[in-house]
Amino acid sequence: MDVPNVPQSGNSESRERATIGKSVVIKGEVSGSEDLYIDGQVEGSIDLRNHSVTVGPSGNVKAGINAKFIMIQGKVDGSLNASDRLDLRKSAVVTGDVTTQRIAIEEGAFLKGKVDIQKEMGKGAAS
Amino acid sequence: MKFFRSSSNQDAPQATAHKLTRRSSGIGEIARILNSQEGLCVLDVGATSANNIQFLTSQGHKNYSEDLLRASLDPALRTKDDAGNAVIDSKKFLDENLVYPNGRFDIVLCWNLPDYMEESLVKPTIDRLWSQMKAGGLLLAFFHTRDAGPDSTCYRYHITGTDMLEMQEIKFAPPGRPASEKQSPRLQRVFNNRHIENLFRDFASIKFFLARDNIREVLVVR
Repeated sequence: MDVPNVPQSGNSESRERATIGKSVVIKGEVSGSEDLYIDGQVEGSIDLRNHSVTVGPSGNVKAGINAKFIMIQGKVDGSLNASDRLDLRKSAVVTGDVTTQRIAIEEGAFLKGKVDIQKEMGKGAAS
Repeated sequence: MKFFRSSSNQDAPQATAHKLTRRSSGIGEIARILNSQEGLCVLDVGATSANNIQFLTSQGHKNYSEDLLRASLDPALRTKDDAGNAVIDSKKFLDENLVYPNGRFDIVLCWNLPDYMEESLVKPTIDRLWSQMKAGGLLLAFFHTRDAGPDSTCYRYHITGTDMLEMQEIKFAPPGRPASEKQSPRLQRVFNNRHIENLFRDFASIKFFLARDNIREVLVVR
């Protein structure tokens, strides 16, 4: 898939989407109440618990990501906590532990870390 | 060192998106354990498989995934020895990979990693795995026989919960090359039985299963 299919977090309020472009570098904490598309560099932490985070093909993230939906097409070095769903596309390179309810991994994706699938949001992990 | 098949080789089996299947006595034994116990700690060092993650976690096991073949192709691992020969820095490789406490894993799924990995990394990797497995833990590995040939397809293996494995051909771009130049990893060598026994000499026991597709399955107990 060459065109990013960005997951939406569902409610109408969240249809807005912020974008961190290819030339943007952010160091620090990223939080908010809208979906986020990252094609630049982020170092620190990303917390959008009720929204979606997409790391685009050019995205390079050195941060833990906490969101409802997470889709990775680029590179992430950090833990991923998706309360609903995690998608790793074929170009994804992820180093870090993963916690989610549902996971989809395309052939070619690289994942290095522990995977916990939670049965229900807020309940203990399956492991 | 040649890690990928020649792109001009048109005789090799063609890449397919669909999954092939093969019967595996080794995974059959492991599946019986996975199906009858809970909370096992499983390390999969093959190519990342969503099927395996889903299967293991749905059974209540802890799953760790680490694609060691791809990690071993990191250009940053290339260095030169005192004689100027190109070598891979095994110390750096183990500093960056398989970093877990000793005695963590009940089951390690090696698949065909030893056959496709640079030779200097194989023994250090198996030794590291030995230290990270629990006493009595199981390790499954597949080795090609001499009849397999250097262009034997490298597969990603998917657990089904039975003694049947699903397989998909692995292709990825060599380091520094665009994704459009994906190739299959090349078989690096063929281990004979004595080599395999030496490789796992620190383990408590070793069991061979001979398959009809030029593969020897090896199930070793820590």
